[in-house]
Amino acid sequence: MMQEGLDDGPDFLSEEDRGPRAVNVDLQTDATLQVDISDALSERDKVKFTVHTKSTLPNFKQNEFSVVRQHEEFIWLHDSFVENEEYAGYIIPPAPPRPDFDASREKLQKLGEGEGSMTKEEFTKMKQELEAEYLAIFKKTVAMHEVFLCRVAAHPVLRKDLNFHVFLEYNQDLSVRGKNKKEKLEDFFKNVVKSADGVLVAGVKDVDDFFEHEKTFLLEYHNRVKDSSAKSDRMIRSHKSAADDINRIASTLYTLGTQDSTDLCKFFLKVSELFEKTRKIEARVAADEDLKLADLLKYYLRESQAAKDLLYRRGRALVDYENANKALDKARAKNKDVLQAETTQQVCCQKFEKISESAKQELIDFKTRRVAAFRKNLVELAELELKHAKGNLQLLQSCLGVLKGDT
Amino acid sequence: MAASSERSPPPFPDSEEPELLEDSDEGADAFTGTSISEMDSPSPDTTGHSKDIFSDPAEDIFSDPLSDINSEPKKNSDVKIPSPASDEAVDLFSDPLDDDEPSEMSSPEVQNPVPDLSNEPAEPPKSDNKKPIFEPAAKVKKAASAELFDDDEDDEDLFQESFKPVMKKPQASVPPLDVYTEVKVKPQVKDDPTDLFTEEALTPPASKPAANTRTNGVHSEEQDLFSEATVELSLDSPHNDRKKKDSVNPSVSAPAAPVASSSSKPPSKTLEELEEEESEDKFDLNVSITNPEKVGDGMNAYMVYKVSTQTSLSMFRSKTFTVRRRFSDFLGLYEKLSEKHSQNGYIVPPPPEKSIMGMTKVKVGKEDPSSAEFVERRRAALERYLQRVVSHPSLLQDPDVREFLEKEELPRAVSTQTLSGAGFLKMLNKATDAVSKMTIKMNEQDVWFDEKIQDVENEEQLLRKLHVMVESLVNHRKELSGNTAAFAKSVAMLGSSEDNTALSRALSQLAEVEDRIEQLHRDQAANDFFTFAELLADYIRLLGAVRGCFDQRMKAWQRWQDAESMLQKKREAEAKLLWANKPDKLQQAKDEIAEWEAKVTQYERDFERISATVQKDVIRFDKEKARDFKRQIIKYLESLLHSQQQLIKYWEAFLPEAKAIA
Repeated sequence: MMQEGLDDGPDFLSEEDRGPRAVNVDLQTDATLQVDISDALSERDKVKFTVHTKSTLPNFKQNEFSVVRQHEEFIWLHDSFVENEEYAGYIIPPAPPRPDFDASREKLQKLGEGEGSMTKEEFTKMKQELEAEYLAIFKKTVAMHEVFLCRVAAHPVLRKDLNFHVFLEYNQDLSVRGKNKKEKLEDFFKNVVKSADGVLVAGVKDVDDFFEHEKTFLLEYHNRVKDSSAKSDRMIRSHKSAADDINRIASTLYTLGTQDSTDLCKFFLKVSELFEKTRKIEARVAADEDLKLADLLKYYLRESQAAKDLLYRRGRALVDYENANKALDKARAKNKDVLQAETTQQVCCQKFEKISESAKQELIDFKTRRVAAFRKNLVELAELELKHAKGNLQLLQSCLGVLKGDT
Repeated sequence: MAASSERSPPPFPDSEEPELLEDSDEGADAFTGTSISEMDSPSPDTTGHSKDIFSDPAEDIFSDPLSDINSEPKKNSDVKIPSPASDEAVDLFSDPLDDDEPSEMSSPEVQNPVPDLSNEPAEPPKSDNKKPIFEPAAKVKKAASAELFDDDEDDEDLFQESFKPVMKKPQASVPPLDVYTEVKVKPQVKDDPTDLFTEEALTPPASKPAANTRTNGVHSEEQDLFSEATVELSLDSPHNDRKKKDSVNPSVSAPAAPVASSSSKPPSKTLEELEEEESEDKFDLNVSITNPEKVGDGMNAYMVYKVSTQTSLSMFRSKTFTVRRRFSDFLGLYEKLSEKHSQNGYIVPPPPEKSIMGMTKVKVGKEDPSSAEFVERRRAALERYLQRVVSHPSLLQDPDVREFLEKEELPRAVSTQTLSGAGFLKMLNKATDAVSKMTIKMNEQDVWFDEKIQDVENEEQLLRKLHVMVESLVNHRKELSGNTAAFAKSVAMLGSSEDNTALSRALSQLAEVEDRIEQLHRDQAANDFFTFAELLADYIRLLGAVRGCFDQRMKAWQRWQDAESMLQKKREAEAKLLWANKPDKLQQAKDEIAEWEAKVTQYERDFERISATVQKDVIRFDKEKARDFKRQIIKYLESLLHSQQQLIKYWEAFLPEAKAIA
C-alpha cells in the first residue's frame, strides 16, 4: 500500500480529481449540456484550451464538438455576462485567473544558469521538481477554466446565453482582443466609482432582513476568506521550502555517503534514501493542501466577490428606485413631468424587484454550493493528510528498523 | 479531461527504465509545448529513477575501496606473467610483501636495469615503457579475479597517480631530469625525492653510483605505485626499514628522506589492531551540565553552569561531585589542553564558539525566548564538549581535566577573552601558522594519511554544506510554524463568520488542528536544530581540530626536513674542508655533524611518534563519530516519527467533524 502511495503522482494528477467541476463547486449537471476541457496546450506565452461540448440542445448544430479557446476569450465571455443588464440579478461565475507560468519559467532559467555549479544528480532532481511544479500550475489553470465553463453550463439562465453558445460552437478564432490602455483606464475609473458608490449604497439600510443579513455576512466573509487565502498560501509556501530543504539535505547526505570511507557511509545512504522519500511526501502534503485548501479559499474569495457585486447591483437598483420615488413625489408636488417620473419609477421598481427575486435564490444557492464544496474538500484534505502522514510514518518506522538493526 | 488521457496515453509508463537523457528531453517538451495528457504522469519515472540512484552505486561503494586495495598485492604475487618482461614485473609485485628481505626488492633492478633507460633519461617515455609490461598482467588477473583491475582505465590511473608525486617532490628544486644527471656527478646529494626503494638500492654501497641513480629514477615510480596500493605494506615496512637504515646510514653519505617509510609508528601495529584496541576503552564516567544561572547584572553578568560528574574511576576522590563553572572556564580548559596535547597529535575537542551577540542578549534581555534558546543551546554544546573531552583516553588523564571536574574554585581563565591582549596574540599566532602552513609543501607518501587528509577536507566541506541546509530547514520550519499559526487564527475567524453552523464548527475545529500542528512544527524545528544541526556544527568544529592534528604532524615533518638539510650543509662543509685539507677545523665540523645527526634522529622520531598518535586518535575519532552520528540521527528520526504520529492523531480527530458538515 505504501509503495503505491509513493508511486502515484501528486493527488491532483490522479484520476479521482480529474473532473474539476467537483473541486470547488458542487453542481447539478444534466445531460442536456455538458462542457469540459479535454485538452490544453501550453505555448510560449499562452495556453490553448480545447473546449469540448456534449449537448442535446436544439440550437447547436451537432451533438458533440470541440473548439480551441484562449484565456482572453474566457475573459471576454465573463465580461459579456457582467455587462449584460439582463443578468444583473445573478451571481456571475467568477472569471478564471490568468495563467501564470512566469515564476516557474524563471526558476527553470535559473536552473539552466546554475547547471555548471551542481552535480548531475542534483540537476536532474531539480529539473524534475520544476517540471512537476510546472505541471501542477498547468493543471490548476486548466481546472479553473473548466470550473468557470461548468458553472455557466449549469446555470439555468446563463447556459442559454447566446455568447456562451458562440463561445462553445464557433470553430474559428473569436478574435477578441485584450483591452487597450484607454479601456483599461476606463475600467479603472469605473471600478473607483463603483467602489465609492458601493460604500454609499452599502450604507443604505435595507428594508429586507434577508438581504441586510446577507450584506453584512458577505462583507465580513469576503474579508476573512481573503485573509485565510493569503495565509494558507504562505503556509503552503513555507511547507514547500521545507520540503525543498529536505530534498537538498538528502542529496548532500548521498554525496557524503558515497565519499565516506568508513562504515558510516551505509548509514548516510540509508538516511538519504529515507529523506528522499519523505521529502516527496512532504511536497505532496503541500501540493494537496494547495489544491484542497488554498484553491478552495481562493475560489470562494472570487465567488464571494461576485456575490458582493450582485448585492451592489441590487443596492444600486434600490437607491435608484428610492430616488425615482422621491423624484415622483417632487414631480407630483410641482405637477410637472409626472408621467415621465412615473415611468422612471415604474422601471426602477421593476428592475429592483426582478433583481431581488433572482438574487435571493442565487444567494441561497451560493450558500448550498459553498457548504457542499467545503465539506467535500475538507474531508478530502483530512483523508489525504492522513494518508501522507501514515505513509511517512511507515517509511520512518521501516528505516529506523533497518538502522537500529545495523547498530 | 478524463477523456484526454484515453486519447493520448502518457508516454512514461511505457519505458521501463527511463534514461537520464530521454527524461531531460521530455522535460524540455513540457516547457515548450505539450498537451497535458502527454505530461500526465511523471511519477513512475521519478521513482524508478530514484531507485536506481540508491540501489546501484551503493553496493559498489561498499565493496570497493579498502578491501580491494588491501588484497591487491597479495593477489598480484600469485600471478605468473608470461610476458618477456615478466622478470621485472613479477619481482615488482611479489617483493614488497617480503618484508623480511627488503634488500632484495632492489637487487634485481640493480642487476638488470631496464635497457632503454640509460639512453632515455626523460621520464614520460619511461612510464610508457612500463605500461606494456603491466598490461598483460592485468589481463591475466582479469581472468583470475575480476574485481582487481576492473578496467584498463584503472591501470592507467595507477600509473598516472604514481607518476605525479615524483614530479612534485619539494626537495627537488630542479626537475627530475636534472636531478638525474646531477646525481651522477655528486652521488651524495641524496635529498632529492627518494624513498624506501632507492634507499634500499643504496645498500650495495656507493660502489655503483650509476646503477643506483638509474634505479632511483625508475623505482621512485614503482614505489609510489605500491604505497598507493597497499596500506599494510607501508605500515609494516618501516619497522624493518628502520633497522636497515640505521645500519646503512653510516656507510651512505646522505640518508634519503623516506617519508613514506617512516610514516607510521615504531611499534608495528596494523590498522585492524589499532581499531580493536580502541573499542575497548570506555570509561565509567558521566558528566552532565545543568542549571545555567545568570550571575551579576548588566554587562558584567555571566552564566554559571553546574557540572556534575558521576564515576567509579579511582583517580577521582569521590563517586559523585558537582562544581560550578562559567563559560570562560570551559574555554580556559580548552586552551590548556590544546597547548599541551595538540602538538602531540591528539585531537582536542574544541569548545563552542564565543558569541558576543547571543551573550549580550542574555545579559541585557530579561525573559526573551530567543535568549533562553541561546542559553539552552550553549548548555547542550558545553555538555557535549565536556563529554568528548572525558571520553578521550589521553585527555582524561590530564590533571587539568580532573581539576576542572573536581576542584571547587578554579583560577579565573584570563586569556579567553576575544579582545584581550592574549586573544590578540593568539590571533597573530594563528595567522603566522596559516602562512607557514601554506609555505610547507609536504610530499605525502603515506597512503593512509594522504587519503585521510583528503577525506577529512571533503567531509568538512560537505558537512558545512549540509549544515547550511539543515539551518535553512530549521528556518523554514519555524516560518511554517508561524504561518500555520496565522492561518489557524484566520480560519478561526472565517469559521466565526460562517453562517452555516456545521461548517462553522468544522472550521473552528480545523483552526484547532492547525494550532496543534503549529506546535508540532515548532517542536520539530527545535529537534531539527538540537539533534541535527548542532551535531553537524560540532563535527565541523571537530574536523577542524582533526585538520589541526594533521598540521601538527606536517610541522614536525618540516622540522625534521629542516634538520636534514642542515645536516646536509654541514656535511658538504666537511667535504670542502677535507678537500681543502684543513684538519684544524675538521674536528669542529665533525662535532657539528654529530650534533645534527642526533637532531635529525630526534626529529624523525618525533615525527613518527606524532604520526602514530594522530593516526590512532583519528581512528578513535572516526569510531566516535560513527557512534555519534548514528545515535543522533536515529534520535532525530524518532522525533520525526513522533511528529507524524501526532499528525495522524490530529487529522483522525478532525475527519468526523468534516464529515458532519451538512
